[in-house]
This record gives sequence, structure tokens and C-alpha cells, in this order.
Amino acid sequence: MNVKHLMGATSVALAFAAAPLAAQTLVYCSEGSPEGFDPALYTSGTTFDASSHPIYNRLVEFKTGTTEVIPGLAESWDVSEDGMEVTFKLREGVTFHSNDQFTPSRDFNADDVIFSFDRQGNPENAYNGYSGGTWEYYAGMSMPDLIESIEKVDDHTVKFKLTRPEAPFVANLAMDFASIMSKEYADAMQEAGTPEMLNQQPIGTGPFEFVAYQKDAVIRYQKNADYWKDGVPKVDNLVFAITPDASVRYQKLSAGECHVMPYPNPADIQAMKDDEDIKVMEQEGLNVGYLAYNTQVEPFDNPKVRKALNMAIDKQAIIDVVFQGSGEIAKNPIPPTMWSYDESTQDDAHDPEAAKAMLEEEGVSDLSMKIWAMPVQRPYNPNARRMAELMQEDFSEIGVDVEIVSYEWGEYLDRSKDTDRDGAVLLGWTGDNGDPDNFLAVLLGCDGVGASNRAQWCHEPFDKLIQEAKTKSSQEERSALYKEAQKIFKEQAPWATIAHSVVFMPVRPEVENYVVHPLGGHIFNEVGLTE
Amino acid sequence: MLKYFLARLLTFVPTFLGVTLISFAFIRVLPGDPIIVMAGERGLSDERYAELVTQYGFDRPIWEQFWDYFTGVLQGDLGTSLVTKKPVWDEFFTLFPATLELSICAILFAMLLGLPAGVIAAVYRGKFFDRALMSTALVGYSMPIFWWALLLIIVFSGNLGWTPVSGRIDLLYFFPPVTGFMLIDSALSGQDGAFVSAVRHLILPTIVLGTIPLAVIARQTRSAMLEVLSEDYIRTARAKGLTPSRVNGLHALRNAMIPVITVIGLSVGTLLAGAILTETIFSWPGIGKWMVDSIFRRDYPVVQGGLLLIAVMVMIVNLTVDLLYGLINPKIRKR
Repeated sequence: MNVKHLMGATSVALAFAAAPLAAQTLVYCSEGSPEGFDPALYTSGTTFDASSHPIYNRLVEFKTGTTEVIPGLAESWDVSEDGMEVTFKLREGVTFHSNDQFTPSRDFNADDVIFSFDRQGNPENAYNGYSGGTWEYYAGMSMPDLIESIEKVDDHTVKFKLTRPEAPFVANLAMDFASIMSKEYADAMQEAGTPEMLNQQPIGTGPFEFVAYQKDAVIRYQKNADYWKDGVPKVDNLVFAITPDASVRYQKLSAGECHVMPYPNPADIQAMKDDEDIKVMEQEGLNVGYLAYNTQVEPFDNPKVRKALNMAIDKQAIIDVVFQGSGEIAKNPIPPTMWSYDESTQDDAHDPEAAKAMLEEEGVSDLSMKIWAMPVQRPYNPNARRMAELMQEDFSEIGVDVEIVSYEWGEYLDRSKDTDRDGAVLLGWTGDNGDPDNFLAVLLGCDGVGASNRAQWCHEPFDKLIQEAKTKSSQEERSALYKEAQKIFKEQAPWATIAHSVVFMPVRPEVENYVVHPLGGHIFNEVGLTE
Repeated sequence: MLKYFLARLLTFVPTFLGVTLISFAFIRVLPGDPIIVMAGERGLSDERYAELVTQYGFDRPIWEQFWDYFTGVLQGDLGTSLVTKKPVWDEFFTLFPATLELSICAILFAMLLGLPAGVIAAVYRGKFFDRALMSTALVGYSMPIFWWALLLIIVFSGNLGWTPVSGRIDLLYFFPPVTGFMLIDSALSGQDGAFVSAVRHLILPTIVLGTIPLAVIARQTRSAMLEVLSEDYIRTARAKGLTPSRVNGLHALRNAMIPVITVIGLSVGTLLAGAILTETIFSWPGIGKWMVDSIFRRDYPVVQGGLLLIAVMVMIVNLTVDLLYGLINPKIRKR
């Protein structure tokens, strides 16, 4: 059956036949099943696509297609002079969805905001332990140390008091874990003895209402007719057809069984571009793939040795072979779509001769090292093993002997954190909130040594800059500090920056207004269909 | 017969105990820690890690964890998935009907084609039909499932447009699951065309999943038939002047059935254990993919509970096969 067929027939056949005739149904061939529908409980993009984007809103949101923070459920916000208080003015007249068990009796207000955060941070909250809640993102974004209190000023004003000034805080509240839940629904479910309904039959304020989920098969949503943003959403029904295999997603897209598919096989992209029935959209992903030396171990504690190794790597070959063209060379530790990206950086030229000479100058000979290759495919590195092999070849040209090692993914993540780790690690990062702090401080700050800073690199001049940038609220000032930090990074070379991947998104030609989101989410709020 | 049944049933007990222990141990022997896998690149602090370990009870002595699991199993509680936070039991029974439905269709497909093909090949031994059939069976047996499935999808769904690409039913049909079996639910739903749509969605996965059992059954039937056809009593039957169809169909086939049933039973066991590749390619919401995902995520409760349930299913199938032996061959049940 093709999509046109489906669109005409949907309103008749759906049990939830509230949709008018000629209802439009957008079908998205998603890559996997969501773990649940309460985004704060989980960390995977697949879950966020199915929960936070269609069903919920946040106080502030990312403008789709950018990392710009725009008003969401908060109409405006105000950061105090000292950066210690952030006050949000909430939108009025926003309604929550309803379902079989629940009909809201009041509009969205400050209580919902307080509940949404309190349940994540307060062990006394009845929902703190529900569904085995571990609130990974809330903890991961340092919310427990950062938020001192959340106060209700009036029904439509909420004040966050912080323990320290933190510039990225507002952007953090646009992240999925900060989705606003209905306190009234939570209380009703608590009373009914079924708190887990919050995670299974979600109620939000978002553009789409949850209708049904059949595990590993289909998720259905219908339009939220009372959505607070006029003219959104554009389609009447949204369906996720869960299709784990990329080749099959491609077949479904070309057979018209779905309108949009994520994560095509790199090898299929050319054929898709040649296909008249498919439009391939692309956007640089907000990510970076890198090789992190252990800068605490000889001879990698010498920046010149690291620099020499970086010069030996033929990045173009890696883009061609490993990314098959769906990536671009990284010269900075942050991706080019992010503000404060330093355009002026000169990347290390691929020059094995000079690299060899540089090593000799530093008195390093007969160097042998390990390169760790991840056992899994990630957006920033589709094939770490192959990448490591190419590097092995490059390094052998300058007389460095490389042994490639790998561990099971959990072990890999764990062992690579050790400060006395033997070898350089291939890894990467995908941005959470579009803030440079989320890359530079998390991955290269002194606090991250022994944890997310895989280079174990604590360089005072660099760290001072990024710590200072955190306390400034002007983006211009911060940008200048981050640019300076990138210059230091380049000189010191704790990593070899390898690539930023390009995200491809094949869609049917009748899909209108779809925008590839740099933060990785798949968002259909404003997407329409033409006949 | 009852005594035979009870004796068979008794062998369940040690197997069950063994499976419980192995399924518990298996996932813990694998390197990798569910908490670290869950945290991903982001990682988590040592304090947070310690907290979670306590929350999940992984810091308790292993025998204590096993004892909890085992007593839980005896009370019908398989625990809760670390990932979806839903009871393992619920997840299994949401997904298992899809696997069962597909397995039944695949095995019926394999039997309906494989048994007659094997018999005919044996009767016309060495002739063209026999050779053609047996070489086809060999190809079918050695075909990579992934490739075969994609080939069928590209030809029949992509180029010809005869069958849908994947899924269990057209998205336009929507009704709550009653039995979990799409063929039954779609018929019960009373929606026009739903049943036909469910059938159309079953065609390719059935063929793909049934291909290997089909090849195995055809070859097994042929060799069992050949053995039986050389027996004295067949010669006697022929000498008595019985028609060839009676000799082959009744005397020979019935006696050739024991090894064939064994093979069918084993195939059903394999299919129930989850046709991982077939389910993944056809986006079939069954237990094969569920298990694989859980292993990658080190979702201990799902892996151990899922393995146990699958093992029990396989044990039930084997028991049924044993009972069938008894029905077909009275000598076995008297032993």
C-alpha cells in the first residue's frame, strides 16, 4: 500500500476516528523502539524522538534546525546580574493532553514546572524512584549541585536559584530531560496506584498526543488540536513504523510506505540521490570524532610528539574510506555549526616527512603504541576498526608501530577513563545543548580527568579560559574566550581531531518543511505533506 | 502412555534447574556492565555508579542475587527490565505471539512443501527431479538469510509491488491486540481488508524463515524414505500387490516419520528461540530481536528471563515430539 492510499483511508479506519476526512498521516520509519515515554528516565535519541519531541514541551526549546534557544512554555526569562537566579515567565492558557484515564482540570502552571524537576532531584518526591528512575541526564548535566531551589513566585512565574553562575544553564533546560510533565496527571496516577502510567501513557503539552504503542512495531500519535502554537502541527496523524534495518527502511521509503527515514547506509546514499522519488537532505552533525592520547604518559606528555603524530594522519583518506564521503575533516574540537567555532584555525598538514623529523628532534625513536578502536558504530565514527587500521598504516610511515586493541563497549568506556591507560583512544561526542561548554569543558576540562576527559589533559591556561567563559552571560564575551581556548588546544594537541559526520536524511518529495536538526533529533511539529 | 508421559515430564525438572542457573550465569560471564553501557560516552561519577549498583542490587553476593532470581521464577516473577522498566513477563507475552505466529507459518510452509518433495525425490531416486530437488535444497540450506530476505524484498516488494516491505499489517489498520496473533486479531477486528493485509505481510517472512527448515525436512524425508523403502516389509507389501501410493504413502512414510519429526521438532525449537535475522529485516516485533537488543544493553533480567522462557518453550516442543514418537511408534512408548 502506498502513502497516498493510507492518507485517504486513515480517518475511516483509525479507531480514534476523531480526525477529519482526508486526514493527513505522516509516517516515519524509525530505527528502533523507545525505552519508554518519560524522557527524563532515558538517554537515547530514539527515545527522545518518540517522547520529548512530539509529546512534550520544555520551558525553552531549540529552534528546529539550529541550536538557538527560543521560548517554549516560558514566554520569556531573565537572568539576574550575578547569574545566580533565572526567572521564567510562563505561557498562559496552555493545556495538557487527555486520555482514557485522565482529563486535565486546569491549565499548565508553575506547579508542573516544579514537579518536573523536583521528581528528578528530590529523593522525597513520590516519583523519584518510579520506573527505576535514575535520572541520568539530570545528574549528568550537574543539576543536583547546580540548582539550589526552584520557587513558585506566582502561578505563572518560576525562579531557579543556582549555587553558582552557569551560562549554559538556560540551554540545558531546552534538553529532553527538562520536558514538562503534568503534576495533576502524576498525582492522579499516584492515587490510582499506577505511577508507571506516566512513562507508558504519556500526557504532555506537545504538538502530538500519544495514541498507542505496540512494542517493536508501531507508535501512533494524533494532532493536539489545542496546541498553543498556531498552525502547528501540520499533519493530523503521526506514525512511527519501527524498522531496524537500514536497507529495509530504504525499500519502505521508495515503496511509499513511509515519508521520512533516518540513518541510511552510507553506501545507499548515491542511489537515493539519483532516485526521483527521494529527496536526500543533509546537515553537519553536532559531533566530533577524535583520537585522544594519554597526555599523562611518556612520550605523549610532550605536545610536540602529539603534534607529530597528528601530522602523520591522512584525514582525507579516513573521510573517503571510513565515512564514505559522509563526513568532513575536523580541525577544532567543536563542530563548525556551533557558535564560537574558530574558522581561523590552521589544521595540521598531512606531512609524514616533517612528522618523522619532528619525532627525531624530540629524541623519540622506535615508538610503539596502542590505538583503541571502539567495538560499536557511532554517529561520529561509523567504523572505528577501519579507522584504526588506516592510522596504523599512517603511523608506520613515520616509524611508529601500532597495535590495535578493542574491548566490549562497556569495558571500553570504563577502561579508557583510567589515567594510566596504555594507548590512544578513538572516541567522540555528540552535543547535548549546542553550547561549546558541553564539548570543551566536559571533554577537555581538568574536572573531566579520569572521567570524560579521555586525553587526561589538564592544561591550566585552557582550563582557566573555559571556566571563565562559564560565568559570563554575554555570548560575545564567551565566544572570544572559547576561540582563544581552541587556539591553545590546537597548539597542545591532546587529541587528533578526525571528523564531524554529516547526517543524511532521505525524505519523500511530498514532505514539506522537514529540517534536519543538528542536535540529532527527528522533529515533525512543523512538517506538512503535499498531495 | 500416561506413564511414558510422566516419565518424560520428570526429565523437565533437572533441565529446568540447569537452564535457570545457566541463563543467570551466562549474561554475567560476559564482560560489560549494564550501568556503564547505559551511561554511554557521558559516563557517570563514582558516587553515582555506587548508588546505582546498590539500587539494582548488583553489590550483593552473587548467590544471594541468584536465590532471589530463582525464588522469583518459582513465583512467576522474572524481574523488571533495566531498560524499559517493564516486567520481563509482560514484554515476553507482548512479543512472543508474533514469533509464534511466524514460526508456525514457517514450519507449516516447510512441511507442506518439504514432506511431499522428500517423498517424491525418494521414490524417483536418481532421476532428474530428485537431483534438481536436492541441489535446490542444498542451495536453500546454505543461503544467507539476510541476503535472501533482501533479495525477495527488492524483487517482490520493490520491483513488482506484490507484497509489503515489512511490518505485520498495514498502518491504516489499527485495533488493540486481543490474542497477539495478527491473523486472528485482524479477523476479529471486523475491519475490511485487515485479514488480507495481515496475510500479505506474512508471505515473505514465512518464506524466508521457512527456507532452511524446508530444505532440511526435504532432505531428511528423502533419506528416511530411502532407508525404509529398502526394508523387507515394503518388498512384502509390494509383493502383496498393494498400489504404489499405498505402499509409499502408508507403509513407508509412516515409518520414515520418526527421524523427520525429530528434525521438525528441532526446527521448531530453533524458530521459537527467535528468528533474529528474519525478525530484524521484516521489522517483525518478536522475541529474537528483543533478546539481541537486551544482550547488547546487558539488560540482565531480560536476558536471563527471556532465555529461561525460550528454553521452556523448546522443552515443551521436545516433549510434544517425544509424545508424537509414542503415538506413531507404539514400540517406543512401551520401552
